[in-house]
Amino acid sequence: MLLYILRRLLNVVVMLLVVATITFGIFFLVPLLQHTDPVMRYIGKNANPVAIAGIKVKLGLDKPVYEQFWLYLKGLVVGRDYANGNDVIHCPAPCFGISTQTQTPVWPTLLHDVTVTGSLAAGAAVLWLVFGVGTGVVSALRKRTAIDRVAMVTALAGVSLPVYFTGLAASALFVYNLGWLQPTNPDVTFTSDPGAWFQGMLLPWITLAFLFAATYARLTRATMLDVLGEDYIRTARAKGLPERTVIGKHAMRSTLTPIMTVFGMDLGGLLGGAILTENVFNLHGLGFDALNGITKNDLPMIMGVTLFAAFFIVMANLIVDLLYAVVDPRVRLA
Amino acid sequence: MITRNKALAAVAVVGALALTTSACSSSKSTTGGGGNGGSTFNAAATSIVNPSTKPGGTLKLWSTQDVDSLDPAIGYYAFVWDLQRFYVRSLVGYPSKPGAAGLQLQPDLASAMPTVTNDGKTYTFKLKSGIKFSDGTPVTSKDIKYGIERVFAQDVLPNGPIYLISDLDEGQKYPGPYKDKDPQGLKSVQTPDDSTIVFNLQQANSDFLYHLAMGGASPIEQAKDDGANYAKHPLSTGPYVIENYVANKGFDMVRNKYWDKSTDSLHSALPDKITFTVTTNADDLDSRLLDGSIDVDAAQRGVQTAAQGKILTTPSLKADTVDAPAATIRYISIQTKVAPFDNVDCRKAVEYAISGTDQQTARGGKWAGQLATNMLPPAIPGSDNYDPYNLAAGQSQVTQAKAELAKCGKPNGFSTTIAARSTSPKDVKQAVAAQAALKAIGVTADIKQYDGSQSGSTVGSPDWMHSNSIGLNVFGWGSDYPTGSGMLSVLIDGRLISKSGNNNYSEINDPQINGWIDDAAKASDPATAAADYTKINHRVMDLALYFPGVVEQSLNYYNPRLTNVMFNQELGMLDFSALGTSDGK
Repeated sequence: MLLYILRRLLNVVVMLLVVATITFGIFFLVPLLQHTDPVMRYIGKNANPVAIAGIKVKLGLDKPVYEQFWLYLKGLVVGRDYANGNDVIHCPAPCFGISTQTQTPVWPTLLHDVTVTGSLAAGAAVLWLVFGVGTGVVSALRKRTAIDRVAMVTALAGVSLPVYFTGLAASALFVYNLGWLQPTNPDVTFTSDPGAWFQGMLLPWITLAFLFAATYARLTRATMLDVLGEDYIRTARAKGLPERTVIGKHAMRSTLTPIMTVFGMDLGGLLGGAILTENVFNLHGLGFDALNGITKNDLPMIMGVTLFAAFFIVMANLIVDLLYAVVDPRVRLA
Repeated sequence: MITRNKALAAVAVVGALALTTSACSSSKSTTGGGGNGGSTFNAAATSIVNPSTKPGGTLKLWSTQDVDSLDPAIGYYAFVWDLQRFYVRSLVGYPSKPGAAGLQLQPDLASAMPTVTNDGKTYTFKLKSGIKFSDGTPVTSKDIKYGIERVFAQDVLPNGPIYLISDLDEGQKYPGPYKDKDPQGLKSVQTPDDSTIVFNLQQANSDFLYHLAMGGASPIEQAKDDGANYAKHPLSTGPYVIENYVANKGFDMVRNKYWDKSTDSLHSALPDKITFTVTTNADDLDSRLLDGSIDVDAAQRGVQTAAQGKILTTPSLKADTVDAPAATIRYISIQTKVAPFDNVDCRKAVEYAISGTDQQTARGGKWAGQLATNMLPPAIPGSDNYDPYNLAAGQSQVTQAKAELAKCGKPNGFSTTIAARSTSPKDVKQAVAAQAALKAIGVTADIKQYDGSQSGSTVGSPDWMHSNSIGLNVFGWGSDYPTGSGMLSVLIDGRLISKSGNNNYSEINDPQINGWIDDAAKASDPATAAADYTKINHRVMDLALYFPGVVEQSLNYYNPRLTNVMFNQELGMLDFSALGTSDGK
């Protein structure tokens, strides 16, 4: 088990190294293909030669590409000082570079914003697991009844309607028309006003959960129906086990395995940035940073979000793989 | 997978839905909805709406654009200069007055306007007493000199206005205070005592006072200056101090306890607090504006299409809007170094061929800009109605255009390329409209889109322009200060053509224009300089160097609870520093 975990962690490091290499390559390749200079992204409308030279020295853009790549990798591990004379910007580890927009290190911004994305993803995940899996189980147990059909039609709607529609329509209805909820205010945090924060997060959670719960409901229903047809379920029932035990202990374990796989992927992806949800609801998380970076051509920010998202996805996969053994004893990790 | 454009389109559609439902709602907040009776459409363009001296409340500013920098030496966005009025003071400043009165510089940190001697080359200021930084340290003339010296440190503090370098370097090649070893520092600025500062120019410059009104000329306390990091925690000399700044998120401004109202006649400082919040959802921002939960769109780029429709069809909402022309022009430059535009008649064909109305439509219609007939917007002294190509008609004039083509020896047309920033969709639309208009006279134009953040090394590089055969370039320019020089000189002064970061896209280097620019700079009074720029502007149009396109304006809604609402002509937007709240909340 320990060897397996170490091997997987090594894979994580290699994977992140590959992603870092690709994103770094893009940083230089994009300007190269455009016949432009990366330093110009840090310069405003006064492309003063002194300013260009100074920024090149400070950011190390005057060095050979291989040396810049080494400094980039080193910065990821131990941090980096961007210095030109006594003008120093300290970029703490993991240093993803200096944002072309804010001229400040990317990492503190990501660290600050991951809490927003984390709270969005966690709240939504709780909702979609409870309602998605619950609805799927009920539908499977009541298949072809009115409950099943209503649940599956609702799930189909959830899968089909994109977040930017459900989010804005929900805002229009519940915030601006009925006035039941306050609009999400990025100035309000959990620590500054928990009540207002919770109220502001309700719609983003529900909107995001609606999308995912639908997928989970359909997946749970299908898997549960398959499992209920297995021999060991029939055997359990023939032994006279109570239905609650058959479903809760035996059927659910097998049903949860594929759901856990998908959940790990979804949660990892979401932590990398729920771009549409965050932008619809003005949440300043990693999705906001990603879109802002893309629209403003802020390559260091894009590189940072990409690496951060990759980290969450590979880590989520690792955790899911490890949890397989706990949920399903048939899985062996040797 | 959903493309970003499709996603944004859908956001806009559903945003319209949100706006519609919000406007129909009966549960509107007490501050939302129609005007408070004191306003009519565009009243703020020429007068003060809801005048009041009542203090208190929180002014809530939202923006889809973050500040470029809070460092007064770096900040260059117009709305950032507007925000600087809350925490930055210079020797001279603009008063909060509507119309042209707001363009007249007045003493701010200085006790009076300067004594100008030595044929207009020496400016001597005396400082007011009792001015302090927000840490309680008294402001001296040395702090002002240090602030100006920082502007020279372009390797550390790039991207801000650099007019003061041109004004004051005088061959010293001053490297800025971080690298300078000379105890005298910048030699053209002297501080004989703590309350006196003397500027010695090499030649008279009628724009110099406007350069001193910029944030780069504000005092900086050397002991608290940490170079590029200063932007995170700038000290204040104005009525508010900045707190809780987080890049791309926003910040708060609270009262500066060391600001003394008796020393400041330019800033009313009515709200107790100002909040600045960055958002990405422009439609949501509009919803909040119309709902009354926020006060002003700080970027002042105008409401989105969905909100515009609602506002223009609802008189009570329209009453609380302003839509006045800024000193910003959206033009198409015509490259004199790329054939066949090296021939003035070919350039004139472009002037006649392009439809001003189509250019206006491309930028959003009449609410987004008015037709320009020349390169000086109405707010700039020296502007007039000069219109040698009948651009006021707004139409393509095919007959005249073809006649000019015949004169330049290209009766059957030619091929060229139009450059436009891919990052500015309205620029691309302008290019498409120009392309269609030119096709009607037989000129085939390809459109080359480029990354706007790279303009310094693309269209700002004459070599790039030549190698890509760029004949026409869609771009815009806003005046940094209200004179013909501030508006035009960078666009047409041939001595400013540079290998990168060039703004003279037409590459005109005309001795007559250059001479008049020098005459205007030496002028002892603004009226003489304005007259010089009238001549310059006429010659620019006669040489067909730019198709002027539209003078930009934006339909901006403001919360009707606001007091002292007025349009600042210098910045081309509402004057934030004058605003107060009628409800004190």
